[in-house]
Amino acid sequence: MKAAVITFPGSNRDGDVANALKRAGAEVVHSWHADTELPKGTDVVVLPGGFSYGDYLRTGAIAGRAHIMDATRAHAARGGYVLGICNGFQIACEAGLLPGILVRNANLKFVCKRQHLKVERDDTPYTSAYAKGQVIDVCIAHGEGNYIADAETLARLEGEGLVAFRYADAQGQVTAAANPNGSLNNIAGIYSPGFNVLGLMPHPENLIDSLVGGTDGRGLFESLVGAKRAA
Amino acid sequence: MKARVTVTLKNGVLDPQGKAIEGALKSLGIDGVGSVRQGKVFDIELNSADKAAAEAALKAACEKLLANTVIENYRVEIGA
Repeated sequence: MKAAVITFPGSNRDGDVANALKRAGAEVVHSWHADTELPKGTDVVVLPGGFSYGDYLRTGAIAGRAHIMDATRAHAARGGYVLGICNGFQIACEAGLLPGILVRNANLKFVCKRQHLKVERDDTPYTSAYAKGQVIDVCIAHGEGNYIADAETLARLEGEGLVAFRYADAQGQVTAAANPNGSLNNIAGIYSPGFNVLGLMPHPENLIDSLVGGTDGRGLFESLVGAKRAA
Repeated sequence: MKARVTVTLKNGVLDPQGKAIEGALKSLGIDGVGSVRQGKVFDIELNSADKAAAEAALKAACEKLLANTVIENYRVEIGA
């Protein structure tokens, strides 16, 4: 599995996600936002976390129009994998790879803490190492993680089972109290209709080593590396 | 030629920043503030003097970048 990690001006989690991918067994190459082509043989494009372009205009808005995103959209249209984490999720939405948008947290605060997530399904390229309904403990760190979409889009996401993760408590209860940012239906991550694109606000790459507090994030990278290689 | 693009949140989209500003205005004792919605203004200097071309260019600018039409509306005003 060859992963192209894209660095935008202001990305800061590219190193950590590359590390997580390598430790799961992926070959990692680094790409630059101004590149017009993906490295040959790229299986998964990774849009890392950070503050691309200083969050100017809207989070992810300018990065979403970078040259490399044309190649990324073409890759996704062929069925190729695209993983957007945190700012990468915002970029994926702004680039039209995923529906909806992430807006300012409902409580107006930047939240940086451990957070439990409920894994909605275990039959996707990103979650096969987890069990359906499993509660995982990862990190969140964002000011604009409040997922919103129009009613029609939300109904389609729910109806087609495209919600990947929901904010939950330690028992897996999806409650308003467990929702850190006001996201509709406690949505923490969503898939494209083909399940080849995943965007999520939490940082699984932070929790891959017991030395730094946990390993619940590993499953996502292990699932991906074990997934069937797409086009 | 100068143009001004105004981007505002659609009705029904939560605007926590507007709400916070509204609260601050009320706490300052400024009378008569009903509600506040925060938007963005872009002043754009255009090289072309062709109004129709400018309108088309600004519409493309709004659709492609300046506004996210999931949550925002935009308005274009072209001046002299």
